[in-house]
Amino acid sequence: MDFRFTADENVFREEIQSFLKQELPKNWAGGDWISEDDDERRKDGELSLSRTIRSKLARKGWLTLAWPSEYGGMGASHMKQLVFNEEMAYQGAPGGGGSGVAMLGPTLMLYGSEDQKREHLPRIARAEVEWCQGYSEPESGSDLASLQTSAVEDGDDYVINGTKSWTSGARHADWIFFLARTDPNAPKHRGISFFVANMKSPGITVRPIRNMAGVSGFNETVFDNVRVPKRNLVGERNRGWYYGATLLDFERSGVQRPARAKRVLDDLVALAKSRSLSGRRLASDPIFRNRLGAMAAEIEACRLMCYRVAWMQSQGELPNKEASIVKVFSTEMMQHLYNLVMHASGIQGLLLPGSRLALQNGKIARNWLSSFSATIAAGTSEIQRNIIANRGLGLPRG
Amino acid sequence: MDLGLSEPQQMLKASVRDFLERETPLAHSRLMQSDPIGYLPKVWRDIADLGWTGIAFPQEFGGEDAGFLDLCLIVEEMGRALFQGPFFSTVVLAGLTILEGGSVRQKEKFLPAIVKGEHLATLAFSEANGRWDASAIENTIGDRVGSGFKLTGKKIFVQNAHIANTLVVVSRTKRVKVPEQGITVFLLPLDTAGVSQRSLLSLASDRQGSVEFKDALLSHEDVLGTIGGGWPLVEQALRRAAVAKCFEMLGSIERVLEITVEYVKNRVQFGRPVGSFQAVQHHCANMAVDVESARYISYQAAWKLGTGEPGVREVASAKAWVSNVAQRVCALAHQCHGAIGFTSEYDLQMFTRAVKAGEFLYGDPDFHREALASSMGVR
Repeated sequence: MDFRFTADENVFREEIQSFLKQELPKNWAGGDWISEDDDERRKDGELSLSRTIRSKLARKGWLTLAWPSEYGGMGASHMKQLVFNEEMAYQGAPGGGGSGVAMLGPTLMLYGSEDQKREHLPRIARAEVEWCQGYSEPESGSDLASLQTSAVEDGDDYVINGTKSWTSGARHADWIFFLARTDPNAPKHRGISFFVANMKSPGITVRPIRNMAGVSGFNETVFDNVRVPKRNLVGERNRGWYYGATLLDFERSGVQRPARAKRVLDDLVALAKSRSLSGRRLASDPIFRNRLGAMAAEIEACRLMCYRVAWMQSQGELPNKEASIVKVFSTEMMQHLYNLVMHASGIQGLLLPGSRLALQNGKIARNWLSSFSATIAAGTSEIQRNIIANRGLGLPRG
Repeated sequence: MDLGLSEPQQMLKASVRDFLERETPLAHSRLMQSDPIGYLPKVWRDIADLGWTGIAFPQEFGGEDAGFLDLCLIVEEMGRALFQGPFFSTVVLAGLTILEGGSVRQKEKFLPAIVKGEHLATLAFSEANGRWDASAIENTIGDRVGSGFKLTGKKIFVQNAHIANTLVVVSRTKRVKVPEQGITVFLLPLDTAGVSQRSLLSLASDRQGSVEFKDALLSHEDVLGTIGGGWPLVEQALRRAAVAKCFEMLGSIERVLEITVEYVKNRVQFGRPVGSFQAVQHHCANMAVDVESARYISYQAAWKLGTGEPGVREVASAKAWVSNVAQRVCALAHQCHGAIGFTSEYDLQMFTRAVKAGEFLYGDPDFHREALASSMGVR
């Protein structure tokens, strides 16, 4: 065993650090991990910062680091991708990743036609096209396979009708990949197909949804008689559920959470040194120190579990139960962390961005408000636990 | 980065598991818990012959020189089997401390005998105050007499004191303001005049004893390390012990999860296996998450110590974390089992008791959380 990164990986980490130091504003202070879709931040020009960084990442080949070179990537190892994700998340840097890079690209590589790969992959790698994902529906959350958006053949097209919810980034996306029902009479998993569509197609409307933190990160996307050419069907008709399930596995190994958590913890340490609660320096309060130590251990356990998933992938193994375990653990960890930060901040932690007295520009309150989504998005903790119990431990289905 | 075990390590682990399943199944461990000695000499000889006692010692002392992580892999398997015997006390607590701090003469005297399984030793650290830092050493006093020392005081939680030949005793030979100074470690034969020991009735059946010293005479030759400068040696010994204890707990909770999954698959209520109920499934999933979270944080700490570095942060992270999740895993296992789980005839409770002791030994979670806070520069 060896828990060290290679010299090559360490050099790469330094390259990313100096790139980010150059590109991020002086007062960036680690960002705040809130979707770049948020209105406030767009006003502040952060959407343009995100776009600038994204195109520079694309020029360096870092946006699609792990993709094979034939599709515009660098064929980098899983561990190098991990280093990149860690640094971006630690700094809260916008512009990396996204559903085109992390989800659609790998799916097209596996199941797409040659034409689809040629059309879409290079444009994702060059940061020319942004993607969003259309899976959930108002009536289909955890029971995703019950989705009712319909795709009906008509001449050279499919005609799409239905509503997708929680479509993150839909307002700025150029394309959407989505699941729709092509056979209403088949068993529910076997009548679903995987499509891609241009967001400018007539009949698509996007309505932003504000979350409890006041951020409009996601949307409702309505398809009203949208015509999608047949060549936009990915893979085989009625096999889309299984392609979608593969996608979900791409999304689950994220080292971003422990890396981000480390930054939040470092900021908390800085706060504790400068702050008193009930007349006592927070940093010397034994209760706070105990909670801080417990949190540090939890983050360390999480970091190593994520490393393990990436390392398994680097060995050609497919993490399955492990990915669900990491998802459950890391999302609950983020909630524990934001609760600890709120606790340590006392009453001032309640103040939102824009308030003169707010600590850390109000991101403490906003992060706490935003933390509820972690254990819901991309498969609730309960669904993950079902997967761990059934697929991982072999317990009989209920 | 390499987060997998090497082929020799995998083979070692598999052979330890095979041997323990064959020679010391849980029924045997249960018997040994009420045995006056606590282990079978034949099994101990076999273990020495297999090279386990020598796994982390250099070849010049008859060892395998395989390193600390390999030793921990054996301990993990012992946690799985609830192995009863003087391995942890002799090899982890005493042997490695003699290797690190011993003079050439001391190493030649003790290590080959320990490797051969012919000499049993243990560490006498804890006192009634129950602390794990240098301030713990307050009542075991070594006073100079002539060219040697006279030892008085009392130690508790001395594991396997009833069978040990030699004690590694942590004493205070000088009272100074800084508790880390003035600490001297002695290698004390248990048959020295003025040394007496009694058993403690620990809930884990883990053979803890108390040892009392009444003017026990020691020579200069019995000092391990330097006079008054023993703390760094002790601190590192406690770190190794904490990590090895994490592996023991890890092995135990891996087994607890397996026992529980097997049970809920077969236990039928309301006409179906209880493992098909989502409430039970989620308990099991939470156990799996906890077990997985304990693994790499333990491995990292063992790897770090194996490189010869102090590993302050890695050790504290591991012991703070594993001590806690191990309790959660056992508590959920009991919940999944219902009443059978807390009967004395069922095996689960033996793990629950062992893991509870593991939480406290070599630093409880609070102690290690504080160490982590300090390591982050919070003052």
